Amino acid sequence: MTRQSGDSHGFAIVARDLTKSYGASEALRGVSFRVRAGEVVGFLGPNGAGKTTTVRIVSCFLPPTSGTAEVLGLDVASRPRDVKAILGVCPQEDNLDPDFNVLRNLLVYARYFDIPAAVARRRAMTLLEEVSLADRASSRIDALSGGMKRRLVLARALLNEPRVLLLDEPTTGLDPQARHLLWTRIRALRATGVTVLLTTHYMEEASQLCDRVILVDHGAILLDGAPAALIAREVGQTVIEAWNHTPEFLAAVRALPGRAEEVGDRIFFYPDDADAAERHFESSFPDQERLLRRATLEDVFLRRTGRALRD
Amino acid sequence: MGEILRNLSWRATRVWRRNMDVFLVTLPIEGLPAILEPILYLLGFGLGLGTLIGSVRYLGVDLEYIRFLAPGTVAVAILFWSYFEMSYGSYIRMYYQKTFDAILATPLLVEDVILGEMLYATTKAVLASTVMLAVISLFGVVAWPSGLLVLPVAALGGFFFAGVGLVITSMVRNISHFNVPMSLFVLPMFTFGGTFFPIDVLPSWALPIAWSLPLTHVSFLVRSATLGIASPTLFVSVGYLVVGSAIFGALALHRMKRRLVP
Repeated sequence: MTRQSGDSHGFAIVARDLTKSYGASEALRGVSFRVRAGEVVGFLGPNGAGKTTTVRIVSCFLPPTSGTAEVLGLDVASRPRDVKAILGVCPQEDNLDPDFNVLRNLLVYARYFDIPAAVARRRAMTLLEEVSLADRASSRIDALSGGMKRRLVLARALLNEPRVLLLDEPTTGLDPQARHLLWTRIRALRATGVTVLLTTHYMEEASQLCDRVILVDHGAILLDGAPAALIAREVGQTVIEAWNHTPEFLAAVRALPGRAEEVGDRIFFYPDDADAAERHFESSFPDQERLLRRATLEDVFLRRTGRALRD
Repeated sequence: MGEILRNLSWRATRVWRRNMDVFLVTLPIEGLPAILEPILYLLGFGLGLGTLIGSVRYLGVDLEYIRFLAPGTVAVAILFWSYFEMSYGSYIRMYYQKTFDAILATPLLVEDVILGEMLYATTKAVLASTVMLAVISLFGVVAWPSGLLVLPVAALGGFFFAGVGLVITSMVRNISHFNVPMSLFVLPMFTFGGTFFPIDVLPSWALPIAWSLPLTHVSFLVRSATLGIASPTLFVSVGYLVVGSAIFGALALHRMKRRLVP
């Protein structure tokens, strides 16, 4: 039995106890997770939480200080060339080659994977078609919009027909149209059985795309589960947000069953019984400005990682 | 170091190919200096200054100044084309364009990237020397066939300066820091590296310093080739450059790996 089938047991990515230290500062402190083949998993967390460090270890960019990571049963430390041959990587920053046009970027990149020139050209044309860049094949890179560059980076990551895709903040800085186009591409890839590990700051993106999200902060995993299940477990179904409130209103909220948080000039109330709370507010504080809405992943995120600014 | 040597592979040629592709795209702009510089040097210094100087005494014989100067300009080109490519050029690819990061997401390793970079700088030094050799031979200052030996010298010197350039690139934190090795290393060599005047005219205390500069050995070898002069000292200079290339090449691999994989 080969190592590849022996260790993976249907998991595309297995990380065990990853740590990464830079001198005294610890970027990761014992991160373990597994991604099933064909699963789309999102890493969420504030800046500096350890998302990118994790992705960089799995993509063989960065050796962990301790711990191991495997991609389809291949150890990233001992077999980086084999791992990188089956990975597609979209880095956070666009690193397209400014000296080449769009098509040439793909053709030169394909050479790094030993893809024969004729095959590379065929794949490149198909991929440019799929990311709606076929008409820009001979454009200069600096003539592309941010969205076009991201799509080209995605196309480039798909040249080697990867079985595992790592996307580090794939839609940061994109307009809604470009973001939706990328989401559509990622869903189409999932349908073909590609495993996807992505990091994002957009909770809606995580909800839209991910079968499972992993919330990290301070280099450790806080939560791991399906978005809907995490929302239900961590904050419940409903949130009442209120603003321009009086101390009396705050006291009334605190008296109700549920959990209330005062953040800046706003109250976030996660009621045990939303209907009863609403009836009470309607009768006792009819003029209080407030919003009753479904709880989202963002509520989970803010609840578990706090509301202090991170940089 | 053992791991670095184990990781060296033919895949470095992929990086070399990528850089050559860029070079060919930018050739009309990049290639111009290779042709113009020697002409300007030879016209300005050779004919202009040469008229004042007449001849120089080199290895015991009187030599027309332009015959002395021409190989010096080739040596300078070997230094500049290799060193600048591996300092400013590599730094821009590494830091601003993130080209190395893009390549490292493929089956290539850091060692492939660095070796590919050094091969590219070496190639550029050889190409520049070829063009310059052709240009200076029009002035009738090259002895044949020994003049062809300039090309292996360019390869050796080019690789040496590539290693030096990458070691410096591995250290700078900011592109303006390249000004330091420029003043302390490149310009002193440019001036005192046996390029524009025979170093024998220097005071005796300065001679060992001049001979410690790598460019002195490159210009000595190039000049021996274009003048068709053989001497046992040639082996010393070749030895210096071979050992130095090994040291700086290994150091470049080691240090750049540390820089790219923190």
